[in-house]
Amino acid sequence: MTNQIIPAVKRRQIIELAETGKRMDGRSLTDLRKVEIKTNVVEKAEGSATVKFGDTYVIAGVKFEIGEPFPDTPNEGVMSVSAEFVPLASPGFETGPPDENAIELARVVDRGLRESKLLDTSKLCLIPGKKVWIAWVDIFILDHCGNLIDASSLASLCALLTSKLPKAEVVGDEVKVLDEFVPVPLRAIPINVTLAKIGDKLFVDPSLEEEEVMDCRLSVAFALDDQKQEKICAMQKGGVGTLSFEELLRAVEIAKVKSQELRKLLPSGEK
Amino acid sequence: MDKKLITEDGKRLDGRRFDELRPIKFQIGVLKNADGSAYVEWGRTKILVGVFGPRESHPKHLAMPDRCLIRARYHMAPFSVEDRKSPAPSRREIELSKVIREALEPAIFVELFPRTTIDIFAEVLQADGSTRCAAISTAALALADAGVPMRDLVSSVAVAKVDGTLVLDVMDMEDKLGDSDMPLAMMPSRNQITLIQMDGLLTHEEFVKSIELAKKGCMEVYAKQREALDSHFRVAGKEEV
Amino acid sequence: MKSGVFKIPTNFSARQLVVPGFLLAEGKYEAGPNVYKEGERLYSTVIGLAELRNNTVTVIPLRGCYIPSVGDIVIGKVVDVITTAWMLDIRSPWLGVLFAKEHLSKPLNVMKEDARDYLDVGEMIIAKVISFDRTKNPALTTKEQGLGKIQRGTVIEVDPTRVPRIIGKKGSMISMLKKDSGCQIYVGQNGRIWISGKNREDEALVAGAIKKIEAEAHTTGLTDRIHEYLIKNRM
Repeated sequence: MTNQIIPAVKRRQIIELAETGKRMDGRSLTDLRKVEIKTNVVEKAEGSATVKFGDTYVIAGVKFEIGEPFPDTPNEGVMSVSAEFVPLASPGFETGPPDENAIELARVVDRGLRESKLLDTSKLCLIPGKKVWIAWVDIFILDHCGNLIDASSLASLCALLTSKLPKAEVVGDEVKVLDEFVPVPLRAIPINVTLAKIGDKLFVDPSLEEEEVMDCRLSVAFALDDQKQEKICAMQKGGVGTLSFEELLRAVEIAKVKSQELRKLLPSGEK
Repeated sequence: MDKKLITEDGKRLDGRRFDELRPIKFQIGVLKNADGSAYVEWGRTKILVGVFGPRESHPKHLAMPDRCLIRARYHMAPFSVEDRKSPAPSRREIELSKVIREALEPAIFVELFPRTTIDIFAEVLQADGSTRCAAISTAALALADAGVPMRDLVSSVAVAKVDGTLVLDVMDMEDKLGDSDMPLAMMPSRNQITLIQMDGLLTHEEFVKSIELAKKGCMEVYAKQREALDSHFRVAGKEEV
Repeated sequence: MKSGVFKIPTNFSARQLVVPGFLLAEGKYEAGPNVYKEGERLYSTVIGLAELRNNTVTVIPLRGCYIPSVGDIVIGKVVDVITTAWMLDIRSPWLGVLFAKEHLSKPLNVMKEDARDYLDVGEMIIAKVISFDRTKNPALTTKEQGLGKIQRGTVIEVDPTRVPRIIGKKGSMISMLKKDSGCQIYVGQNGRIWISGKNREDEALVAGAIKKIEAEAHTTGLTDRIHEYLIKNRM
């Protein structure tokens, strides 16, 4: 997708329209599209959520499994995020293993969730050094209409927020999984906002058309730390354009305001 | 692990001050087969970069009619890290390959070579933090050595927060135990950012300070790059008339 | 009333080594090869030596690939054969194409003949570029005096940016090489050189001299040193 021929006419159209503060779909440069969140959509998963940003449609599922911890963190559970760009989501998606875009997306979402310490992995340890809970977060892109990173981040987040962790009993060297559930141990909540740069303008929540003509994009994740202070927890520039230092700082300011807006949409009033 | 990354007198694990780069040594034109090449020893990080192209795109269907296709491969040798790494490309290497390509491509005049490809291969022989920054800075030299027309060189460095202090040019231990890591790459003469990533927790103020520190570091890396180009290509005198 | 033109002086001294992105000059200058102009500012795009010729800022590249130009003589190596043409490696980003009608005196009979019978993969030719723009592969011809398949001799490769020095001002270097060695020497603009002498030793001597020129291209007194080198080693 990164190597398409850029339609020059469309790019001019978008830039000229932006001079008047408007976009092709009628939004202002800083408007989000309509965001829809549904949780617990897949009963067999321990957690799940679908998110729509306009027509972009993403589903994320959470499954918990008992496994071995990483050698350098023997007392901590594991979170693993992966993404699949399934072919039905876009004519440009092909079957096969995740390509660089899917891998980048999964890793960017992962960093946002991980650095904010959303999942308290220290509370997922069963037998230190031997058995821990692994949280598998799998993202499926169902319809690609732009801004997959924000939709995927939000879907993963909401799936984890509404997940239930099976209750486990440790008996000697064995772990018995009971038929009860406990809430997933969570800490801070990260919110990711992506902006696209086209010409000298910054566009919040880029649509597919805007992504096709953009110079580059910047994704920023914000979370509140233990003292409820807002912090930046992840950032990723993507695309082959460049940003000036001034544009970078301006983009981060805009992203922060938008993240606060998105935060209000979270299920069960989580902050 | 309660290891102190910054001592009372403000020195880091390797004795550096917070705003000091590790010793960096670039060598240019080190490979015979590649069209352009460069090698770096950046602290204990050692990276070799080879550039091929512009050359005809293979397979043909990948060729772009109006510009050159840029491909980058960031790869770590199995012996480059403490615990042997499998030679198969990891997800991290795939993401870094993309990020490195996107950091260098803005500098290249791709429209001059339609239907061709430029391949950038970065092999990490030893890794001690900031390998993507070192790879990008070295690749810029390899591209210049290959004669690829560019708008500017690209210079890159990372800033981390360790023990509450922002530090420039992150080594592995600081990356692993620190609170944040922010690699940044820029075109130094044009003052344009071509790469920025960050993970960790930073207040807005800390972020702004990190950016300033990174910019200063990039300009110092740029000076080293120019020094290396100068000494490799230095001419003894004027050409005969 | 002002007379003359006030101009901001350039940012470099003659033949100064510059790198990509180096700000060469600002103002009403023209951009020559390897220089790009953005607004009023001129920047180098490559590593090279900066020069001001009249009003044009140029950079002489120290490294670079060969970009074909119509009229150039090139030495190519056949890498692929398609029905009525050969594809050649001419050390440029694009392969050169030699159509059968630009090489053969009569049309190729595709029913009875194979293009490989005339030129096979791996063989070398000396040809002329008859057309090129970046949207199509450069087209070649051998239908001129002195062009065609290379049957004997030695072919060596040098950095294409050194070709002007190997030829020398008004051909001074190449004439001296031919005279001192007794060999025929054909310099391809693409950095391939065909040396044809009475024996391999003479050809090897010329090859050594050319490699020396390549390494020392930007030094002074080079022509004399090469002359001495040839005389000394020809014994």
